[in-house]
Amino acid sequence: MIAGYNTISMGTGRKEFNPRKERPGLEHYIKEAGEGTIRQIGGGEHVDEGVVGNFMASRFNKQAHLGAFLGMIDPSLRLKPATRVEGACASGGLALVTGIKSALAGSAEVVLALGVEVQNTVKAIYGADILAGAGWFQRRKEGHAYFFPGQFSDRAGVYFEKYGRDKSRKAFARWYRNAVENARLCPTAQEFENKTADLEVLALTEPNPKSFTDHLNVFDCSKVSDGASAIAIVTEEGLNRCGVALKDAVEVVGIGHATDDLTALPADPTRLDTVAHAVKIALESAGITASDLATVETHDCFTIAGILGVEAIGLAPQGKGADFVLDGHTARDGKIPFNTTGGLIGWGHPTGATGVHQAVTIWEQFTGKAGDAQISIPADRPYGLTINMGGDDRTVVAIVYKKTV
Amino acid sequence: MEYTERLSNVSVLGAAGKMGSGILLLSALEVADQMLKPENKDKHFVVNAVDVTSSALPGLMKYIRAQVLKAAEKKTVLLRKLYAGRKDLIENSDIIGAYIEDVMGIIRPGIRIEAAYESTLIFEAVSENAGLKTRLFNQINENNPNKPWFFTNTSSVPIGGLDKEAGLDGRILGFHFYNPPAVQKLVELITTPSNSNGMKEFALQLAKNMRKVVVPSNDIAGFIGNGHFMRDALYGINQATVLSSDMPLHEAIYAINRISQDYLMRPMGIFQLIDYVGVDVVRFIMNVMNPYMADENLHSPLLDQLFEVGVKGGQFADGSQKDGFLKYEKGKPVAVYSPEKGAYIPVSDFANSVDTWLGTLPESVLSWKNLVKAPNKEMLAAKAFSDLKTFQEKGAAMAVQYARHSREIGMKLVSDGVAVTAEDVNTVLLTGFFHAYGPINDFVV
Repeated sequence: MIAGYNTISMGTGRKEFNPRKERPGLEHYIKEAGEGTIRQIGGGEHVDEGVVGNFMASRFNKQAHLGAFLGMIDPSLRLKPATRVEGACASGGLALVTGIKSALAGSAEVVLALGVEVQNTVKAIYGADILAGAGWFQRRKEGHAYFFPGQFSDRAGVYFEKYGRDKSRKAFARWYRNAVENARLCPTAQEFENKTADLEVLALTEPNPKSFTDHLNVFDCSKVSDGASAIAIVTEEGLNRCGVALKDAVEVVGIGHATDDLTALPADPTRLDTVAHAVKIALESAGITASDLATVETHDCFTIAGILGVEAIGLAPQGKGADFVLDGHTARDGKIPFNTTGGLIGWGHPTGATGVHQAVTIWEQFTGKAGDAQISIPADRPYGLTINMGGDDRTVVAIVYKKTV
Repeated sequence: MEYTERLSNVSVLGAAGKMGSGILLLSALEVADQMLKPENKDKHFVVNAVDVTSSALPGLMKYIRAQVLKAAEKKTVLLRKLYAGRKDLIENSDIIGAYIEDVMGIIRPGIRIEAAYESTLIFEAVSENAGLKTRLFNQINENNPNKPWFFTNTSSVPIGGLDKEAGLDGRILGFHFYNPPAVQKLVELITTPSNSNGMKEFALQLAKNMRKVVVPSNDIAGFIGNGHFMRDALYGINQATVLSSDMPLHEAIYAINRISQDYLMRPMGIFQLIDYVGVDVVRFIMNVMNPYMADENLHSPLLDQLFEVGVKGGQFADGSQKDGFLKYEKGKPVAVYSPEKGAYIPVSDFANSVDTWLGTLPESVLSWKNLVKAPNKEMLAAKAFSDLKTFQEKGAAMAVQYARHSREIGMKLVSDGVAVTAEDVNTVLLTGFFHAYGPINDFVV
C-alpha cells in the first residue's frame, strides 16, 4: 500500500468544531482524501479501480450510491469501475480487502481505497439510533438509548465481575490516557489539542447510569467524527506505474476476514471471538506470531474493546488484558505500541473511514512519514497489524503489514 | 387530596408571558411525569394554558414544543424505560416523538378564565396588579367546586392580602420563580399562617420534582429577592444622585454601574440590572411595596422621570435588551442616558476621565466570570475586599460602602422577619441573581 492520506477527524474535540455553523459534507471529505492520495501516485489516471468504504451515509447524509463519487474527486477517475462496500465500522477494512482481492486477481494494478463518514449531521442521541444499525435491528428496542455504548457497557460489566472492577477501570483510564497522549502528536487527530492535565483522573469519572451507561463513561467511548482516509493498494507493477519507491510502500503479507452471525449473541461477553479468529488467520497467512509485531492499530471503539482486543490477539491471556495495559506494554514507549496516532478514542472514529485510517497509520509508521507521532520499528520485528471490527465483533478485517526496507 | 390527584387539573394564568410560559412548561413536564407512571395510566390529566392575548397562543405552543423536545433529548435514557411497553416505539426518535405528543396532549391553550373552573391547582403569573389578581382568584373560586389551591408568582404583593380580598380561606401561597423559570433554580416559597400543612408539603414536593432550590420567605412585601433588589437599586440610584455633584449625572450613573459590577464582582452593574428587569417593572414593584414600608420611602423620582419620557428598558420579543438607563449594542452598554439632555451620551466620551476619577482596582478584584467559576470563591472575594478596604482610591472606598450597605439590607431582611436566616438571603442572591458571594458575609465589614 502507498500514498496514504487522512483528513482531519472533525468533531467536538476539535476547537474549530462549531455545532451551530454549517460544516463540510461528504463531498468535501471524499475529495480531500481522494486528491491526497492520487497526488502522491502521479495522478488519477494511474488508478484502475476505486472502492469506497462507508457505513451509513444513507441516514447520516441522506446519500447513497457512493462509488459514483469517484469521478468527482478528479476527472481522470471518471468511468473507472467503482464500488461502495459496507460492514458497519469495518467498512474501511472491507474497502481494503476488496482492493486487495482485485490486485491479487489481476483485475487491477492500482486500487484507490477510500473510507469516509460524516456523522455530526445529527445530535448524538439520534446518531445513536443510526449507529445501532451496526447491530441487529430486532434488538434495538431492548437496547440502551446509546445502543453501542450500552452493548459494550454490558461486556464491561461482565469483565468487571470476572476480573475486578477497580483494576479494569484503571486499565480503561490508562487506555484513554495513552490514546490522548498519542493524539497530541498527530495534527489531524480529534484530541490533538486536548489540554486536560490529568487524563487518568478524568477518565476515572464514575459512570452515570441515569444519563449514560451502567459501566462506561464518555471517556471510554470513541469520538463521533467526520473524516476520510485514503490509500492506494498496488501490485509491483502498479508501484512502478505510480513511480513510487519501495521505501515509500508497505507490504501486505497477511489477511484475515471473518464475519459472524449478526443475530447471535457473544458466546462469552469477555471475548472477541471473531477478532481472535480473524487475527489468527491473518497471522498464519503471514507466517508470523503476535510476538513478531512491532505495533498494532486496534479497534478501540470503547476502552473495553481495546482491552479485549489485546487478549484476542493473544498478547495477554484471557482476563489479563487490563494488566497488560497497566504494565505499560501498549503505551508508545512500551514493548508493543498500540494506536500510535490515537486510535478510535484519540484520533476519532469516522465509522467508514477507520479501517483505512488504520492502514494509513501503519504505512506512515513503516515509511517514516509519521511526523511527531513516529515510533521506531525494531529491525527484528518489522510487522504491523490492523484490526478493524464492525458492530459487536461481527465483521472483522485483520491485516498484517511488513516494512519493506 | 394526594399529590397526583392535586395535579389532575392544573391551570396557568398568564401562560403566554415571560414567566407564565416557563411555569407552563415546568408544570406540563411534571404532570406528564405523573401521567406516564404505570399506576396512573387510566387517569386523566389536563393543564390549561390561559392567556387573554389570543395572538400569543400559537407562539407559546411552538415554544413549549421546542422546550419539551430539548427536555426529551436530555432524558432519553429514562424515556426508553417509561415507553418500554410500547412495541411500536423503537428508536430514540420514535420515543422522543411519542413523549412530545403525550406532553402536548395534556396542554389546552385558551383565552377564557372559565377553563380554571375545574382546576385543582392554579398558577398565577399575570401582571403585578393586586386588584387584577384578586378579581381573577375570586371569580375562579366562586365557580370552582374543588377548593383549588392558588400558587401565585407575585414577586412583591403580600399573600395574606390577596387571600383576604379574594376570600380563599388560606388556599393561596406564593410560589415565586425566577427568570427564566425553566433554567433558574430558585423558588421563593411564601407561606402564610392560614396555609394548611398539606399545602406546604405539596409545594415542597412539587419544587423538588421540578429540581428547584426552595428558599422560604415570610409574607412581607417584596419578600427576599425584591426586598434586597429594590433597596439595592434605590441605593445605587441615590449614590449616583449624590455623585452628580462631582460630575454630570450620566457620568455618575456610569460610575456607580461600574462600581456595582467591576468592583463588587457582580454579573451586572445595578443600572444594567434595572434595565434588564425593566425600569417600568422596578418602578412598579417599588410602588407595590412602598405602602407596606413603615419607615422607608421606597421611591425614586429619577425612575418616574425616565418612565414618563418612555425610557423603559426590558427586553424585545427575541430576548435582546432594550435601552434604559444605558444604551445597548449587541447586549453591551455603549452610552448612558442623560436625563438633563434627554439623550444618550456615548461612554467613550467620558469613560477615561471617570475611570481615572474612580482610580485603579486591586489585582485581587476579579471579573464576576472568573470569580463565579473558582472553587474557592469566598476566599477570593474576601481577599478582594480586604484589598479594596486599604486601597486609597475613591472607587474602592465607594465599593466598600456599597457592599456594606448591601449587607445591611440583607441583615434587615432577617431582623424584619422576611427571611428566616442570613443563609436564605445569600441563597436568593446566589441562585436567583447569580451573585458569586452572598451579601451577608464577614469580609465587607
